[in-house]
Amino acid sequence: MAYFLQQVINGLQLGSVYALIALGYTLVYGIIRLINFAHGDVFMVGAYLGFYAILRFKLPFPIALLFAMVGCAVIAIIIERLAYKPLRNAPRIACLITALGVSLFLENFCSLKFVFGPNYLAYPRPFPVVNFNIGPVTISNIQIIVFVVAICLMVLLELFVSKTKTGMAMRAVAFDKNTAQLMGINVDFIVSMTFGIGSALAGAGGVLYGIAYPQINPFMGIMPGLKAFVAAVLGGIGIIPGAMLGAGIMGLVEVLSSAYISSTMRDAIAFLVLLIVLIIKPAGLLGKSSIEKV
Amino acid sequence: MRMITNLSNKLNSRYSLSLVIFVILFYAVLQVLMSCGIVNNYWQQIICYAGIMAISGLGLNLIYGFTGQFSLGHAAFFGIGAYTSAFIIKTAHFNNTFFLIIGLFAGGLLAGIIAFLIGLPILRLRSDYLGIATLGFGIIIKVIFDNADAVFPVLGGSRGMVGIPHLTNFAWVFVLVVLAVVILRNLINSAPGRAFISVREDEIASESVGVNTTKYKTLGFVIGSIYAGVAGGLYAHLYAFLHPQNFDFLKSIDVLLIVVLGGMASISGTIIAAVVWVLILEGLRVILPEAILDWRLVIYPLLLILIMIFRPGGIFSGKEFKFLQYQEKK
Repeated sequence: MAYFLQQVINGLQLGSVYALIALGYTLVYGIIRLINFAHGDVFMVGAYLGFYAILRFKLPFPIALLFAMVGCAVIAIIIERLAYKPLRNAPRIACLITALGVSLFLENFCSLKFVFGPNYLAYPRPFPVVNFNIGPVTISNIQIIVFVVAICLMVLLELFVSKTKTGMAMRAVAFDKNTAQLMGINVDFIVSMTFGIGSALAGAGGVLYGIAYPQINPFMGIMPGLKAFVAAVLGGIGIIPGAMLGAGIMGLVEVLSSAYISSTMRDAIAFLVLLIVLIIKPAGLLGKSSIEKV
Repeated sequence: MRMITNLSNKLNSRYSLSLVIFVILFYAVLQVLMSCGIVNNYWQQIICYAGIMAISGLGLNLIYGFTGQFSLGHAAFFGIGAYTSAFIIKTAHFNNTFFLIIGLFAGGLLAGIIAFLIGLPILRLRSDYLGIATLGFGIIIKVIFDNADAVFPVLGGSRGMVGIPHLTNFAWVFVLVVLAVVILRNLINSAPGRAFISVREDEIASESVGVNTTKYKTLGFVIGSIYAGVAGGLYAHLYAFLHPQNFDFLKSIDVLLIVVLGGMASISGTIIAAVVWVLILEGLRVILPEAILDWRLVIYPLLLILIMIFRPGGIFSGKEFKFLQYQEKK
């Protein structure tokens, strides 16, 4: 039982990181219906920015986290302006291929020697690891930080989207882009803003991932990116609580299946869960299936 | 049967004789260049690889370009074909190139059967959801390849499969590319072909005029996957080494790139794009000086982004070479 609880905590830790990435996918998909494959690589860039902030610039952890978030937001807005904006009215597949191109570009550009280099790097721990024993389970201060940061960011995002005027504009653009434009909303600004916010969350996710699983390389974003996207689909894409729920499930399934079944099969089991959910509920767990009218 | 009538229609058309002569000449010239050693072994392998990607791409073009079903798991079927063919040929010790047909047949067949079984439940999903489901399927298959040595030690699991007989040659690839083109061209100009296109254009409208959409979506998916399986078989016996990494998500993306860059629903586009794509990846390796060789994989995605920005419909975007268009009998 203690072992099980311990694995649940580990699963939720992984799930929190997935949730931060999944929110970016969900926000962007909700607004321009684009699977932004480059998002996983923005997460990687975030991890590296945090790495340099902690190791080279000797910044304290909260500032390093903020640095990574702002850096990722700026990079994502530049990418959006240069690569996606010219394709706003092109077929959707053209945008998808462009996103894949951006993803490959970020991975390979970052592996160049004068950028980040192709090797694995050990992530610095900004503070010593302390373990607390609560009953039968052990929880480290790293895990607490991951939980606290992730939950705070998610609450802030939810407040931002539901309470502020910009948040309302975001929801309006997601609902109907053309009508939103008629109501005087600057759609281009909102789209850039969405990319920025989503990527800032991914950047934070990257730093948290770095301190929790202390090894990074330029291709580290592919798998977490895919799984986070799958988590967003699992919960119902475009729905913010859905992304959190899906990410939690993804993290738990992955950790529990490697603890109880087989660690080499864990990806297969995680994606099997996705297939089953999609077959039973094609719009995701919290998604509403809409009836298409002719 | 309908396919054969179509084929004979084709042979009656104005272009047919000169076309057949052109194809044979094209083959003869390349074959002579290879035999004389002007095109060396390295480039022969690359040309074969381009042909294999073209066959696989034609399959995905049928699934996505013509039938409109978004698939991100094409490499899984490619891998199923590759492993099946390699397994049969290696365990049965078929070391003659003529036995390749058995491996390719089995590979294509198994890929088709699995596509049928997985297609029935998941083809109900629409657009991006279907893409994600096929992506998940592709990753599951890759994990199965990784762990396959637990059941069949000869498959090698994550260490890779070695000692596969080297049977694929240019003649095989060329004949199969021509066959793939002829079959696809006649298929899409037949009644089922029009059904595929109607499903892509509007599923509800085609259902309301009596097209069995489930049937045609599944049929397109199965035939496209058979193409991938056959291409995978050729691949296995070209490089004589298989690794699960060769069939992961990124390889599905490569095929998708070829289809979209060439132009959706364009046979000519897929073939040209497959050749150009392979030649650019290899060509950059030759052109670029040693010092900036690492930039190869940076330049390639930039080209991709630029092509998409300036030509979002792909190179051919729905158009065909004249000889691939359907000729009405006068």
